[in-house]
Amino acid sequence: MERPLTQHMKSDGTALSLKEYEASGGYEGLRKALKMTPLEVMNLVKDSKLRGRGGAGFPTGMKWSFVPMGEDAPKQKYIVANGDEMEPGTFKDRLLVELNPHMLIEGMIISAYAIGASMSYIFLRWAYHLGAKRIQVALDEAYQAGYLGKNIMGSGFDIDMDLHTSVGRYICGEETALLNALEGKRANPRNKPPFPQVSGLFGKPTIVNNVETYCNVPHILAKGAEWYLSLSQSEGGGGTKLYGASGRVKNPGVYELPLGITLRELVEVHAGGMQDGYKLRGILPGGASTDFLTPDHLDIKMDFEEVAKAGSRMGTGLIIVLDDKTCPIGMCLNLEQFFAQESCGWCTPCREGLPWTAKLLQGIEDGQGRPEDIDILSGQTRYMAPGNTFCALAPGAMEPLQSALKYFREDFEEHIHTHHCKYQHH
Amino acid sequence: MAKVYIDNKEYEVPEGKNMLEVCLSLGLDLTYFCWHPAMDSVGACRQCAVMAYRDENDTRGRLTMACMMDAVDGARISILDDRSKEFRAENIESLMINHPHDCAVCDEGGECHLQDMTIMSGHNYRRYRFKKRTHVNQDLGPFVKHEMNRCIQCYRCVRFYNDYAGGKDFGVFASSGRVFFGRSEEGTLESEFSGNLVEVCPTGVFTDKTLHKHYTRKWDLTSAPSVCQQCAVGCNTLSSERYGKIRRTMTRYNGDVNGYFLCDRGRFGYEYVNDEKRLTRVAQKNQTSGLDAFEAIKAHLATKPKMIGIGSPRASLESNFMLRQLVGADNFYLGINKIEAEVVKSVYDVLQNGKVRTPSLGEVENYDTVFVLGEDVTNTAPMIALGLRQASRTLPKEKAFALKIQKWNDAAIREVVQDDKGPFFIATPYATRLEDIATGVHYGNTEDLVNTAMKVAEGIAKGSSAGSDFIKETVEALMASKKPLIVSGSGMMSQDIILAAAKIAESLQDAGKDVGIVYAIPEVNSMGTAMMGNAGALEDAMQRTAEDKNTTAIVLETDLYYRADEASATSFLNNCNHVILLDSMENSTTPMVDYILPSGTFAESDGTCVNNEGRAQRYYQVFKPNNDMLSSWAWLDMMINQTTEARPFDNIVSEMTTALPVFSAIRDLAPDADFRIGTQKIPRQTHRFSGRTSSAANISVHEEKPPVDVDSPLSYTMEGYHGNPPSADIPFYWAPGWNSVQSINKYQIEVGGPLHGGNPGVRLIEPNKNGTIQFNGRKDIKGKGQFEVLPSWLIYGSGEMSAQSPAVAKRVPEAVITMSDKTMASKGISEHQLIKISHPKGEIALPVHACSSVPDNVLLVPYGLKNTMGIQFPFNTDLE
Repeated sequence: MERPLTQHMKSDGTALSLKEYEASGGYEGLRKALKMTPLEVMNLVKDSKLRGRGGAGFPTGMKWSFVPMGEDAPKQKYIVANGDEMEPGTFKDRLLVELNPHMLIEGMIISAYAIGASMSYIFLRWAYHLGAKRIQVALDEAYQAGYLGKNIMGSGFDIDMDLHTSVGRYICGEETALLNALEGKRANPRNKPPFPQVSGLFGKPTIVNNVETYCNVPHILAKGAEWYLSLSQSEGGGGTKLYGASGRVKNPGVYELPLGITLRELVEVHAGGMQDGYKLRGILPGGASTDFLTPDHLDIKMDFEEVAKAGSRMGTGLIIVLDDKTCPIGMCLNLEQFFAQESCGWCTPCREGLPWTAKLLQGIEDGQGRPEDIDILSGQTRYMAPGNTFCALAPGAMEPLQSALKYFREDFEEHIHTHHCKYQHH
Repeated sequence: MAKVYIDNKEYEVPEGKNMLEVCLSLGLDLTYFCWHPAMDSVGACRQCAVMAYRDENDTRGRLTMACMMDAVDGARISILDDRSKEFRAENIESLMINHPHDCAVCDEGGECHLQDMTIMSGHNYRRYRFKKRTHVNQDLGPFVKHEMNRCIQCYRCVRFYNDYAGGKDFGVFASSGRVFFGRSEEGTLESEFSGNLVEVCPTGVFTDKTLHKHYTRKWDLTSAPSVCQQCAVGCNTLSSERYGKIRRTMTRYNGDVNGYFLCDRGRFGYEYVNDEKRLTRVAQKNQTSGLDAFEAIKAHLATKPKMIGIGSPRASLESNFMLRQLVGADNFYLGINKIEAEVVKSVYDVLQNGKVRTPSLGEVENYDTVFVLGEDVTNTAPMIALGLRQASRTLPKEKAFALKIQKWNDAAIREVVQDDKGPFFIATPYATRLEDIATGVHYGNTEDLVNTAMKVAEGIAKGSSAGSDFIKETVEALMASKKPLIVSGSGMMSQDIILAAAKIAESLQDAGKDVGIVYAIPEVNSMGTAMMGNAGALEDAMQRTAEDKNTTAIVLETDLYYRADEASATSFLNNCNHVILLDSMENSTTPMVDYILPSGTFAESDGTCVNNEGRAQRYYQVFKPNNDMLSSWAWLDMMINQTTEARPFDNIVSEMTTALPVFSAIRDLAPDADFRIGTQKIPRQTHRFSGRTSSAANISVHEEKPPVDVDSPLSYTMEGYHGNPPSADIPFYWAPGWNSVQSINKYQIEVGGPLHGGNPGVRLIEPNKNGTIQFNGRKDIKGKGQFEVLPSWLIYGSGEMSAQSPAVAKRVPEAVITMSDKTMASKGISEHQLIKISHPKGEIALPVHACSSVPDNVLLVPYGLKNTMGIQFPFNTDLE
């Protein structure tokens, strides 16, 4: 099985140097791209059915096609990599930037070529110190080798790239908040429309894609759309996907697998199944801001369509596993506290609703819950539904809670009724 | 027009609006917080959620924020459907979870948008049972009180203070439920517009500190439509009284003037009205005071003495006119010095005889290119500066509109505009507070600035420019502009500056531009008094009394020691046989006069003023004081007619407009005193006014008959018509369910648009299409000396009356002589060193302050401070 994103990574945990990357076929995609027109590059990416790996799964080529092109288009455009990976339970981009930063850089250069951007930024999570170091080394190498800078590889195309490390807020992963942060402003999300493709960084056309998304681009260029589509087991998109698992499974980690493998294969084969003595109770399929799935859902395909049909989202594709000895309310509390803390404070439902939600869950977990709390909590999930808030943070935060209220309702009731959490042994 | 459907009713609405504006304009009630008619939409508070439907077959709908929804043809929403109603109530419940519910002790209580919206949303039961977050409040200086715990995080404050008004010392801090609005550290808010936070804030986070000192609930205030007296812009205000004290000033909406805002001098500069130094009794020197003194004045006047009158730019047209009637036009003098009189007359000349139109303040923000010549607008006419700040975004905003971003989509526009500035050039004697939006600045003395301006004018006329980069860039920008605006004023006390600015405007008009010219002038009625015709200046009056000592001088609202140097003022007062003073406050002149007649300020009198635009505006007496105070024109009328009661205001206006046809439009400025709605007058007191039967019960349990107002259609009681009065006569904003200032919506034809019946005020000056201004360059500079001494202007300090208001007084800086670092070094002077400079009528000693922007041949002395008043600018001097 081909694993284009990870197969060349070194087992000693060091990053591929430029030479090693080139030896593994690196920068071939870029070489090909520069011989094509930007429109051909864009169409190839469209044909490959590459979909955004940040969580929403938006077709990448289509996203690019909204950027104004041609003579009348603004001269200044930007490419931005969203490496602010702060979704609880998600650690795939970290692997990519630590072990093969050139792949990201190459993908971004190709993308910049496709939309006519001359400046690009890698926006990296604050905590990824090692990744930052390795990206910087790779950037220096790429500049030295003439992959970055003026007239790269004699093509006449100029592209600069900078690393920007975030100050550590989850909201910076929201693409428009990321742009504000990059501009040095408060990291509040922006209203859409206008979309960043039209008015993005510094008010100029901008493409923001996830790190993993960019990492796919060099391979699509190098080997073509047909090949890329053949990697996938999903109708909805091409390529492989970095899946992963955390929780009480035998083999937690990140695994590159064809897009569209079943949840059962992911849990039972690649994650090695549950640790001894634990039973599977629920799964957050794609990070903290997705709805719980249950053991009944194990046979669905892990792709954007099927997970949605099952009432959740594929999100980042890194699952969090809930076992039968961990309190689901405690888990929700942990997540909601995180989301409450990370609210930017711009819109009312998120700013006020999330702290209230977290306090209600804390009360229930502490045995102080009241019968009416369940109604208030489900009211909150409706109040913070998609569209009601300014950005997707609060609706995302409501996804684990609303599904927990559905699947683990008896736990909530028992906590409130018995005034204690039976999962706590002290 | 677009056809939209709201709750299945069809409405025709103007294009380019959002659904919230549309709903409010149609008179529908919809809750909102973050949207503001002057600051548009950002979609933060989620309070205006409505159900939006694709078409008539869509039965599910989608919850949508009305403020972020285009009111395009076919748009279909419901305000009344259950889910959106429920959401709006939930949203209020949410944003109230940390609110302290301290309405009873909150200054906003009773006029709180949050209270109104809470009631409107239907939320009434609180389910949140956890601890509330609390904040530490800051001392933000003498104007604005801070109580962050009440905050509902609508972000209006920071959007106004930083984004709209260009403030730099205010911000939003922290995140999530801990969001904090204030300064990074405690301290006085630096923006000249900070007081607007009081009205912009939908609840009691930012409240009026001056009101707090003598607090009264809105419903207990007696209010009248007024006009700000603290500069020549004439912003419309609401002035409110209780128990004989003015309690506060609020914005009176006028789309043609100040819109929704006021500057801090205007808002907080009212407190002198309540000062202990107010003159309240008729007084005769060395005699007992009382109304007998007035009989003595009348007896004296009956002897037909030789009289002169000293008029005043801070008195109403009517008062100045009645003084002119009393003494005769030939004996009527302006209470200002010759230079100032010439400068103001030039402005009037340019606006009336030149070909370029002066726009209203409301129009200023629509210009796309600005050139400021010589004027420190932020300090002389602050609200014009606020308008100019918006104008600097006119061109950059076009980029956003080209991306099809809607005009109301404020956040999106700001993302596109970023820090881009439209062409904005400033040529002044020192750095002004508009520097941050300028694309070019130039500093110079009067000669330099006039020459610069003339080169700009020539460059435009010739279509090519010669000279400095500044000149070239300015010419290029003005020539590229569609709608340029030239801004100047009396700040440098130079006729040449006024005329040079006029020449630039004229050349732009000749080049086919839609150009405007705006002048800042010194005082509230400077223009009105200039329009009264050729009157001598103060120096002429002084010369006349020096020649003929047998003269009775009638001095109207003028402190001679403010207007002239001490020696001249004293000898004038000594030279006059009799001096009769009509004024409102003790000052250096009052001990020197024979008779004092206590005049009402704007609060205790009626009158008309003409602003810098030539707009006549009426202000109304707020309350009847319990002492001898009367409008100056009333005193003068009784002096003329030897009566004990003045004729009503309308008679005075009619006499004035007949005698001075230039003012004839003033007849239609506001309804006559006998105007009634049905049979009812317009009450100055609210329908909820309390304590009427008990407020004087400590004196008598019998309720006194309320005073009758023969001068206007307003009554001093709570009885009368409580609907929308004529636009010139709105004493307060209040509508059912809308107790806060946000009820202005209900007085407008459409939100943010003109008031029902049109914005008040009439323009008296229109340009002459075929006119031309004669000016060929700088005249010879008078006086000897290496340095030109120019006035520096202070928003807090350079206003004679406002500076005596305690809150404003706290902001008045120490008087200093400002000079360039180079001058200081070359003369061996150090910072703070006390130095003496001589002026034509004496000398002043002040500490020195260095400022890098001041040209090496210029010294600056603050205008109108206690130790600099009476100095005539400009003059030349040497440094020893």
